[in-house]
Amino acid sequence: MGSTAESTGRVAMQRSADDPGPMSPIPHRVVGRKVETGDVTTLSLVPVAGEAWRFLPGQFNMLTAYGVGEAAISVCSSRREVGPFRHTVRDVGPVTAALCRSTVGDIVGVRGPFGTSWGVDDSLLATGDVVVVAGGIGLAPLRGAIDDLVHRTDAAGGRVFVVSGAREPAQVIFADDLEAWRRDGAEIAVTVDMAPTGWRGHVGLVTSMLSEIDFDPSTSSALICGPEIMMRLTARALVDRGIDPGRIRVSLERNMQCGLGWCGHCQLGPFLLCRDGPVLPYAGAVAQLLSERER
Amino acid sequence: MMRPVAELVASHPLFAGLPEGTTAEIAACARNVAFLPGELVLAEGQPADTLFLVRRGRVAIEIHAPDRGSIVVETVGPGGAVGWSWMFPPYRWQFDARALGPVGAVAIDATCLRAKADADDALGRLLVTRVAGVLLQRLQATRIRLLDLYGTDRAR
Amino acid sequence: MRIGSAVTIDAEGLDALIATLASRGYETKGPVVRDGAILPGPVGGINDLPVGVRDVQSPGRYRLEHGEGDAVFSWAVGPGSWKAEFFPPSQELWTSTLEGDVVTSEAPVADVAPLAIVGARPCELAALAVLDRVLLDGAVTDPHYAARRVDAFIVAAECGSPASTCFCTSMGTGPATESDFDLALTELDDDDGHRFVVRVGTDRGAEILEYVPGSETTPRDMAARQAVLASATKAIDRRLETEGLAELLARNLDHPSWDDIAERCLSCGNCTLVCPTCFCSDVSDTTDLAGEVRRQRTWASCFDLDHSYIHGGPVRSSVSSRYRQWLTHKLSTWWDQFDSSGCVGCGRCIAWCPVGIDLTVEAAAIRASDGALRSSPASGRDGR
Repeated sequence: MGSTAESTGRVAMQRSADDPGPMSPIPHRVVGRKVETGDVTTLSLVPVAGEAWRFLPGQFNMLTAYGVGEAAISVCSSRREVGPFRHTVRDVGPVTAALCRSTVGDIVGVRGPFGTSWGVDDSLLATGDVVVVAGGIGLAPLRGAIDDLVHRTDAAGGRVFVVSGAREPAQVIFADDLEAWRRDGAEIAVTVDMAPTGWRGHVGLVTSMLSEIDFDPSTSSALICGPEIMMRLTARALVDRGIDPGRIRVSLERNMQCGLGWCGHCQLGPFLLCRDGPVLPYAGAVAQLLSERER
Repeated sequence: MMRPVAELVASHPLFAGLPEGTTAEIAACARNVAFLPGELVLAEGQPADTLFLVRRGRVAIEIHAPDRGSIVVETVGPGGAVGWSWMFPPYRWQFDARALGPVGAVAIDATCLRAKADADDALGRLLVTRVAGVLLQRLQATRIRLLDLYGTDRAR
Repeated sequence: MRIGSAVTIDAEGLDALIATLASRGYETKGPVVRDGAILPGPVGGINDLPVGVRDVQSPGRYRLEHGEGDAVFSWAVGPGSWKAEFFPPSQELWTSTLEGDVVTSEAPVADVAPLAIVGARPCELAALAVLDRVLLDGAVTDPHYAARRVDAFIVAAECGSPASTCFCTSMGTGPATESDFDLALTELDDDDGHRFVVRVGTDRGAEILEYVPGSETTPRDMAARQAVLASATKAIDRRLETEGLAELLARNLDHPSWDDIAERCLSCGNCTLVCPTCFCSDVSDTTDLAGEVRRQRTWASCFDLDHSYIHGGPVRSSVSSRYRQWLTHKLSTWWDQFDSSGCVGCGRCIAWCPVGIDLTVEAAAIRASDGALRSSPASGRDGR
């Protein structure tokens, strides 16, 4: 891989046969494929040659469907998993459709990982409770972070609350993971917008669930990922509950075409989201940007 | 050991932060209730005579359709409240509310509460403000749900 | 010769300079007249340069005038910037073939001769420095941009003939230059004859100059150079007030000016194409019938609806928001992203805008009514 999560220095300009440069995808083989819901598929990828790469939960890769194009997809693996790198893809266009269609044995190109992470290793989250709020496929970029938090061994770490919203029970992704995290001590609440007959769980918006979970706002942090409307409402609700905006992190989305800060498409005001994001603290500029139109 | 009902009223988010005298006034209309799993808390079309403060468990707001059975439109958990139709004529429940599991609640008699509100303008205003605050949150959340934010067909 | 020293050469000297660069293996390029404009092109000698050509520019207008005289740098800037030499409008990033499950990829590094530019304006050098911050100086260096940029030999041409659209004096990028060149020319054409003061910026510049006939610049010639630059500075009357400009725009995102500009703006993207610092690009794949995949990078414009596309639709669907994105990026958020201005004051976007929108005028309009708000439904209609 051209760069690892830890690399900060300039990548060597002279390229060797081993380093095809930052814009060239590294061929990976699809070794696993799971249809999560009707239009969401998880691909498990391993490099065809060379070593596994490192990543931090929250970072994304540019995945190439050869001959179709490239799309930004979060790495959804957890760092405890020693194995293929998972990418959960929602079919929303030609590239993601081609990725979702790929089958075991197929070759998919990978560039990355790019961008900022949820920062589960940094001091902010080391103490106090962590409230994780996901909307729809927004749970995918959070998967690795939740797994890290649930299994952190630091005695100072507080409890982990996960509130995950979905359109309907059939659209709930990672049900097995949610159950496993619950067994391992996390408090899990899944809520849906529309309940079919027989659904015994929560019905309502994720924000409605926040008043029911018992976290300590003065020491809590929050991670939010979902549609932008959901993120700003959730962030505001958490600030109203008393969480410091600087301790809330959101994962933002704009058009990503290079992952390297060169193509200009992912600008959001002062940020190049592939470089400065996708994960940013919900404080100051971000809170303001989320309330502005057409930025 | 059951806590006194006045304490339960005072500690519920709907009435949080009110002077003890005020919550005592409200608690004078209140009693402790429990529902078994599947039991109706209130039923569509029946006289709306109670405000339920949910303490434990979860209540589903439902409506019945002949071809679909009971459709849950929202669930209300601990700290939430169920039943608003007692505030406005014709004082009739619009939805069913059903206990999803064992539910513990405080039931406040609406006739009693309305009488107290009529007799005490300050209490009346306070009730309307608190209730309207919750209704506003519910309305806003419902509007957001109408957007179908996680819908799958937005891009097609 | 040492860095900072100067020699005076004549037209033959400039010819010799170009020839020397070519003999060292450089591909020599400079301003040439093509398609009614002055554009970058191959130059083998002084006669390939725009001899006796002037440009006349104003908002929405650019014309060449062919006159008498030997001067080769008596114009300001043309529509083509040197950006395209290092960051071409279309570039192949790699090709791959997929046979069975074996992917064979090639990422061609530009295997071309090093480039020598003869006659880059100071504002152009400033623009390249801006691009360098984006494509060279980030966490990862763009190898395609770096391939020719890093070793490019730069012969600057200080500006004695600014256009009415120029405002480099506001941006601190001209008409003189003190850095980012190997050699810097200042053209003199007076009673003492047609000649160039050549200042040395680098050791390799000095080395090349060893092979060029000339004489140590006299104080009289140095004074003449100063006079040319002073005269150019005086001629530039367009102003962009930069004091607090980034903050001004950042706090005026709801200013009525954006809608006013949108009434005129065609969203054609000309300004982004002629801008020497605009770097946005699209990345796209094509496949041929034999199964070879090509990934290309092509210039993109923030005036294009697709520029801000995320699944579901474009984020910036109104012209108003797209112009706002462009201008606030150039003059405000560029500072946040790259710690510099994104504008060098070359004025191309003014001349090449088909409707003559002038960013200096628009920025001034916002400054003149700082804090004004576009009418929103909340404030009601004003009864017009």
